[in-house]
Amino acid sequence: MYRIVKKKSLNPTVSLMEIEAPLIAKKAEPGQFIIFRAKEDSERIPLTIADYDREKGTVTIIYQIVGGSTMELDTLNEGESLQDFVGPLGKPSETEGLKKVAVIGGGVGCAIAYPIAKKLHNMGCEVHSVAGFRNKDLVILEDEFKKVSDELHIMTDDGSYGKKGLVTNALEELIRNGNQYDEVIAIGPLVMMKFVCLLTKKYDIKTIVSMNPIMIDGTGMCGGCRLTVGGKTRFACVDGPDFDGHQVDFDEAMHRGTMYRDFESHARESACNLMKQGEDKNG
Amino acid sequence: MAKNMDPKKCPMPVQEPEIRKNNFDEVALGYTYEMALKEAQRCLNCKNKPCRSACPVSIDIPSFIERIVNEDMEGAYEIISQSSSLPAVCGRVCPQERQCESRCVRGIKGESVGIGRLERFVADYHREHSKNAPKKPESNGHKVAIIGSGPSGLTAAGDLAKMGYKVTVYEALHLAGGVLVYGIPEFRLPKIIVQKEIDNLKNIGVDIETNMVIGKVLTVDELFDMGNEAIYIGTGAGLPRFMNIPGESLKGVYSANEYLTRINLMKAYKDGAKTPISHGKNVAVVGGGNVAMDAARCAKRMGAENVYIVYRRGMNELPARKEEVEHAQEEDIIFRTLTNPVEILGDESGMVNGIRCIEMELGEPDASGRRSPVEKPGSEFSIEVDTVIMAIGTSPNPLIRSTTPGLDTNKKGCIVTDGENGLTSREGVYAGGDAVTGAATVILAMGAGKAAAKAIDEYIKNKG
Ligand SMILES: Cc1cc2nc3c(=O)[nH]c(=O)nc-3n(C[C@H](O)[C@H](O)[C@H](O)COP(=O)(O)OP(=O)(O)OC[C@H]3O[C@@H](n4cnc5c(N)ncnc54)[C@H](O)[C@@H]3O)c2cc1C
Ligand SMILES: Cc1cc2nc3c(=O)[nH]c(=O)nc-3n(C[C@H](O)[C@H](O)[C@H](O)COP(=O)(O)OP(=O)(O)OC[C@H]3O[C@@H](n4cnc5c(N)ncnc54)[C@H](O)[C@@H]3O)c2cc1C
Ligand code: SF4
Ligand code: FES
Repeated sequence: MYRIVKKKSLNPTVSLMEIEAPLIAKKAEPGQFIIFRAKEDSERIPLTIADYDREKGTVTIIYQIVGGSTMELDTLNEGESLQDFVGPLGKPSETEGLKKVAVIGGGVGCAIAYPIAKKLHNMGCEVHSVAGFRNKDLVILEDEFKKVSDELHIMTDDGSYGKKGLVTNALEELIRNGNQYDEVIAIGPLVMMKFVCLLTKKYDIKTIVSMNPIMIDGTGMCGGCRLTVGGKTRFACVDGPDFDGHQVDFDEAMHRGTMYRDFESHARESACNLMKQGEDKNG
Repeated sequence: MAKNMDPKKCPMPVQEPEIRKNNFDEVALGYTYEMALKEAQRCLNCKNKPCRSACPVSIDIPSFIERIVNEDMEGAYEIISQSSSLPAVCGRVCPQERQCESRCVRGIKGESVGIGRLERFVADYHREHSKNAPKKPESNGHKVAIIGSGPSGLTAAGDLAKMGYKVTVYEALHLAGGVLVYGIPEFRLPKIIVQKEIDNLKNIGVDIETNMVIGKVLTVDELFDMGNEAIYIGTGAGLPRFMNIPGESLKGVYSANEYLTRINLMKAYKDGAKTPISHGKNVAVVGGGNVAMDAARCAKRMGAENVYIVYRRGMNELPARKEEVEHAQEEDIIFRTLTNPVEILGDESGMVNGIRCIEMELGEPDASGRRSPVEKPGSEFSIEVDTVIMAIGTSPNPLIRSTTPGLDTNKKGCIVTDGENGLTSREGVYAGGDAVTGAATVILAMGAGKAAAKAIDEYIKNKG
């Protein structure tokens, strides 16, 4: 079983868990992900490996509570175990030869971007990080990013923390100020990645995005995670999740992401009710 | 004992179509004891055993049927077990009409003996009545790793464990069984049967490690480093193909694997299931094999009003088992054969709302002698559907081949093996089943696992 050795809330909807999974910890590389099932009859849900400790044999995940399955995960506490935990899946991010990179994270996407920033930093690459959030309450991983970045720019939609504006505003300013990036790595909501790509295309800077489509098996068996990259069908779980952002068909990906919206809002409501009942009992 | 000269097979009881369309319980209910005796008495016990020579694993068919006639059901089971590890499964899913039953002498003037139905009866009878729990064999001190827990891997594991090897099976998914659990639906193969086979393996000491994607968490070379002396790769052919026609990324387009996995593995057919699935009203399934029939019949059971099979050749060319086609027809699945999709149509929100097809006709025979379908110009038409399921084939996934240096594969990504025993281009590494042949059948995968287990035993013994 996969024991939770640490659980910590990062903001009202984002939490971190450190899970005992020695074999995965031994192999994990930034950019890879795991699939978990919280309980016997739960859905299979992908989450990025936010960090790993090869000696301790643990893997860290950072999750945003958005629906039924992430709520269910959040009901588990330190000392309890997850039913299933499989990985490391997907291809590691390619970092070879990079000297100067801008890492852009949006919301919980920062959790996915952080291990890459850390790896780049450790290999001596100059890292400029831009992290965007809706408001001050939702800021996560600020200290972590600070440690691995030569520059960190925090942006909020409402200006309640860092600078007011979108991550694309900050990136464009950095580029205009004469920073020459070998690559931009953008991870966050699909709209954010789409607009970062439109911007970097203008300046002709290679851009890598991390795609998070709906997945089931994570081994290339179901094809549910397919997306169109450069006109070809690719499977995010085995061919990605990192892809050349200038080749990705974002509009199609956004459509596909809403496939189960009705079902999920039901699941969320019933889970919320369960949580309410739980609170009533406890409170 | 008197022979039964009825020209027809003793029919097998089934759930009525109108009822079974609405449930996931098994369709074919199996022979009773009396029916099995009656059907077994139709066998002529032919000396030259034509049926046996058409069985991919050469089960001694007339002998096991003779044991049924003598009411020695355990004896019948033992004969089948010499050649097959999964009779309860194969009795249900083998394409008998193309194998043993196609050569049966009784089939010349009437219907063949119901060999598959008898095999199933023997296996079910054994499961329900046998009291001897399998004994844990004595260890011979050697370790072998099996990758993949489909019929092929499970068979190799069972045979090796019985010879005394310490066997560990590594499975990528959270449940063992391969296609038998994630692909073939409950109404055709109850999962409890597969579970029982797996429990038997555990009882004789086989370790089954789920959630282990080999090539990612451990490589083939690391499995050797862990003390395994040989490795069997039975990872199947799970990677779905698409047609590359416009509209395949619309919402409501599934690969059959995704559709069936959501239903079978993730139990989306049960009330309160957490894994979502589309409940289409009008569903088109593209393809004509067992996979297509399963997807179509699942769609019906999930509440679809109209389910179409869209297949580019004719009814006679459908590669699915005959019984499945008949059952699908009884369940009002609509067959649009000699029809090929050219585009999937969608609305402005990206949802499927139709499929555009073209009529086909069978042209001149090609080099292989098969008449290939050609388009009839100007015959395009549309069918209104909200779900499209692609069941046009699969190929092996790249996880093992891309992480195992020196392992030869062919253009289609299948592992290349040397002859019958499954040896690959790497010493000590054997492979079989769909990973080698591409999508095929349970019996062939099972047979490959058996042959490889024997070869692995010889290899390890000769190594000294
Ligand atoms: C490779 C990969 C890595 C990921 N890494 C992380 C991570 O590190 N941290 C994290 O919090 N999340 C991550 N995700 C997203 C995470 O898997 C989803 O948030 C999760 O599946 C939601 O499940 P749920 O049942 O709680 O919500 P649901 O009820 O399924 O969905 C709630 C809402 O979230 C949307 N949604 C569902 N799935 C996704 C998705 N895959 N991407 C974006 N939106 C989605 C739905 O449209 C809906 O609006 C990753 C996804 C992938 C494919
Ligand atoms: C819907 C459907 C219906 C079918 N109906 C019939 C039928 O009626 N009759 C018939 O004879 N045949 C039928 N078949 C075909 C038959 O099921 C297959 O030929 C057979 O299952 C192949 O067995 P296998 O052991 O080679 O592989 P599989 O059954 O595919 O098992 C392979 C296993 O390996 C696992 N795996 C893959 N990669 C890795 C990895 N890297 N590490 C660890 N594990 C891995 C997979 O998760 C899977 O569990 C059907 C197939 C499908 C999909
Ligand atoms: S061919 Fe038919 S009749 Fe002859 S032995 Fe085989 S099953 Fe019996
Ligand atoms: S998640 Fe099933 S193929 Fe990628």
